Amino acid sequence: MDFSIRIIIAICFIVLAPFLGGLLEGCDRKISARMQRRIGPPILQPFYDVTKLFKKQYVVVNRSVHFLLVSYMALMVLTGAMLFGGTDLLMCFFVLSTAATFLYFAASVTNSPYTTIGAQRELIQMMTYEPAVLLTAVGFYVAIGSFRAADIVNSNYSLIVKMPGFFFAFVFIMTIKMRKAPFDLSTSHHAHQELVKGITTEMSGKNLGIFNITEWYENIFLLGVVALFILNRNPWSILAAVIVDLVVYFIEILIGNSNARMKWETMLKMTWIVTLLSAGVNLLVLMVIK
Amino acid sequence: MMTVPIVPFLIIFPMIIAFLMLVIPLNPKANRVRNAIAYISCVAIMAAVGILVAMWIAGGTKPIALYSEGMELADNATIVGEFILMIVVTFLSFKYRKYWICILSIVPTIAITWLEKSGYITKETPRIYIDHLSILMCLIVGVIGSLIVIYAVGYMHGYHHYLHQRVQDRRNYFFMVLFIFLGAMFGFVLSDSLTWIQLFWEITSVCSFLLIGYTREPVAIRNSFRALWMNLLGGCALTIGIIMFAMTTGMNSLAGLVSFAEQAAGTPLGDFAIVPVALIAFAALTKAAQLPFSTWLLGAMVAPTPSSALLHSATMVKAGIYVLFRLSPAMHGTVTGNMVAFVGGFTFLMASFIAIAQSDGKKVLAMSTISNLGLMVACAGMGTPETIWAGIFLMIFHAVSKSLLFQDVGATENSLGSRDIENMHGLLYRLPFLAFCMFIGIAGMFLAPFGMLISKWATLRSSIDENNIIMTFMIIFGSATTSFYWTKWLGKLIAQTNEEPVKDITKPNEKISIAIHAVLMVLLCVLMPILTKTFVEPLLAEMFGKTAEVLPMSILYLLVFIIVFVFVVPVISYEASKKMHANQKLSYMSGINTGKNDGFVDSFGNERRLTLSNYYFANRLGIRKLMVPCQLISMAVLIVMMAMIIGGAF
Repeated sequence: MDFSIRIIIAICFIVLAPFLGGLLEGCDRKISARMQRRIGPPILQPFYDVTKLFKKQYVVVNRSVHFLLVSYMALMVLTGAMLFGGTDLLMCFFVLSTAATFLYFAASVTNSPYTTIGAQRELIQMMTYEPAVLLTAVGFYVAIGSFRAADIVNSNYSLIVKMPGFFFAFVFIMTIKMRKAPFDLSTSHHAHQELVKGITTEMSGKNLGIFNITEWYENIFLLGVVALFILNRNPWSILAAVIVDLVVYFIEILIGNSNARMKWETMLKMTWIVTLLSAGVNLLVLMVIK
Repeated sequence: MMTVPIVPFLIIFPMIIAFLMLVIPLNPKANRVRNAIAYISCVAIMAAVGILVAMWIAGGTKPIALYSEGMELADNATIVGEFILMIVVTFLSFKYRKYWICILSIVPTIAITWLEKSGYITKETPRIYIDHLSILMCLIVGVIGSLIVIYAVGYMHGYHHYLHQRVQDRRNYFFMVLFIFLGAMFGFVLSDSLTWIQLFWEITSVCSFLLIGYTREPVAIRNSFRALWMNLLGGCALTIGIIMFAMTTGMNSLAGLVSFAEQAAGTPLGDFAIVPVALIAFAALTKAAQLPFSTWLLGAMVAPTPSSALLHSATMVKAGIYVLFRLSPAMHGTVTGNMVAFVGGFTFLMASFIAIAQSDGKKVLAMSTISNLGLMVACAGMGTPETIWAGIFLMIFHAVSKSLLFQDVGATENSLGSRDIENMHGLLYRLPFLAFCMFIGIAGMFLAPFGMLISKWATLRSSIDENNIIMTFMIIFGSATTSFYWTKWLGKLIAQTNEEPVKDITKPNEKISIAIHAVLMVLLCVLMPILTKTFVEPLLAEMFGKTAEVLPMSILYLLVFIIVFVFVVPVISYEASKKMHANQKLSYMSGINTGKNDGFVDSFGNERRLTLSNYYFANRLGIRKLMVPCQLISMAVLIVMMAMIIGGAF
């Protein structure tokens, strides 16, 4: 793919991802509400919420939270731009974990009890999903001989054919990344639980707004990785990728609404077992037939 | 050809200074004299390394071989050295009633002497060989080693005056051992003669032993003897390997050993030629504290911090890695290579699990040292240009950042009275300088964009290229757990606190050394792309006879971009956030906050203090729980594979 096209796609990501992410969250709320037999807020509610957050008074527990959150967002945007710009997938995932580290800093710098516990759980979550994330990159490398996203989307057929196990493992850890039950250990969308709001307890106003927007970026990034499994040379694969993305998103909503929160040990064990059995066995097969 | 005898200077000069260190008596006035001599000799050593590097560059960075003939006197001197070591070890093992340990020293000494006098060594080979790899090691030992000695001068003062007043002050002895070690380390990395290598190997083992036992407390003595026997066991394997190789080929050269094994691979002689390589690799595993020998390095943490930084993290344990790098072209694709790679990868994974459970700062550093050495060992075992590239960078970054972290934790302990990570809560507000440098050191160990990460990238890629699926898993899971224990430490440092600032009793020389390390860490990160083009790629060409472009240009540009991004964005947003008008509030406690964010009023109306703590999972991942099973597994693998290698030869 041409360099300038890649830059344009990356810029499109930077500009459009928050809108798409916000819309998806709006749909999420609406669908969740219907699953719970409520009517639910309008689709655009997330945008109203975030706009309101930015208009609120700037209340902080610790001033450093702000710059750490801004760095978190900037790194998250960079991660997404790297993916959509077609660069090296493994480097992209490394920047992703650095971004997550900044979120951890933003939480632990406050010295607030709920935030700190949330932050510790966030760390456990990072440790839990990282093997599956890295293995996804490894899987692409074995399947096509390159870590570059631009090469991956240029393949002759959808790589999910070769790597269904990796796909399953990645979708599995997306539940953690999207903070859906049963893996919403570090923070949840409701403040009435044992952790209050966990890692975001001390974030308000502008800071919480930044956090929300970053979540949107992150969701689009994750869906972008899912799309990598589907995309190929054929332009129609873009449509297929969008459909698969929507299906995956719906499944995550369904999982989130039909499960109760797990303990971290169960999450760690389950995820690592799924990673090993699904992505690991897939990798073994790929290496053997290579 | 070299006209100035700079190599003998590097080896002998520290030994002379060591003698001076010992004879200067212990009183405040004489201490000042000794400190001054220590400073001057450190500068001299650094200058000498600089001259060596300059001469090597002036010679077109070509390998230099020195002293191939007329070295009877020096050879005899090494035998005398062997005997002195043997006497020291025997004396101490009788004094502390560990009689059997002296056998591990007596047998190799006599065997090496016999080899030298028996006439089996027929071919004269250069005793000294200088190439990219030895220059790199010299730079690490010269620069980091000297800085640590400068740090040690201030540290040992604080050690005896504030922290360990009951320990007998034997600073003259301490500095003597440090300088002997420096000389031996230079000798080790510059020698090509296997018998010389064996001597310097044993000297470093004994230095480590003497420094661990510095305080003469029961636990220190126990740990020092554990380190001694494990390292001497490695020395025995080394000796057997040397004798086998000399008896088959009549040569006494490390480079000869590698090329012999490389050429013999695939021929009927191949199975036999690999046995000395395997034995020396086994010795290197003990020195690099790989499983099942990792416990000696953990025990070594009772030693004063400068010796932990110098011997047990930055340089001596790297001697094992250095030897493995040398052997790696011969090990590539053999059972020996697989054995080394497996042990390294397994150690990387398990040590990082155990590190999660540690709250003692030095123990975390020790476990992460073992873990990172494991990754380097795995790189050497796989033995492709890509993995060695990754291994070299791991070594450089690890040396700088661990040396920084050990010194920093040591200085923190002197000021804070504790090196427990839980007590470092809010250290950034209590000991700002030390906490800031600690932050840089830890970030250098695992965060993007520092070099550790890009090395992991290269290792991961080559383990897939080699179709080594077990290695791939070990690297992936190991790097997940590595991030966990480092990140939670960082979180402790930056957490807000109302505790009073601590009086920073760190001496200026300690601060200078720490600051230089921190600057070096950031510089290395920025200069890494240049370093790989100008130094590491020629090194690989020298080692493998072909250049390999490990880092594609696209990754290089990306890396530079990420570096700028990660450094610049937080700074800009920090500056911007300072101007914002903020309404500061207390944090939510689900009870009444007492007003200072460090306590709350509970439902009975009592004030409670708030303490925040990290997760450690000590009952699941502790040393007691994991160490023995790990040792058993790795021991089983080692025994089986060594038996396969040796059995295959006959």
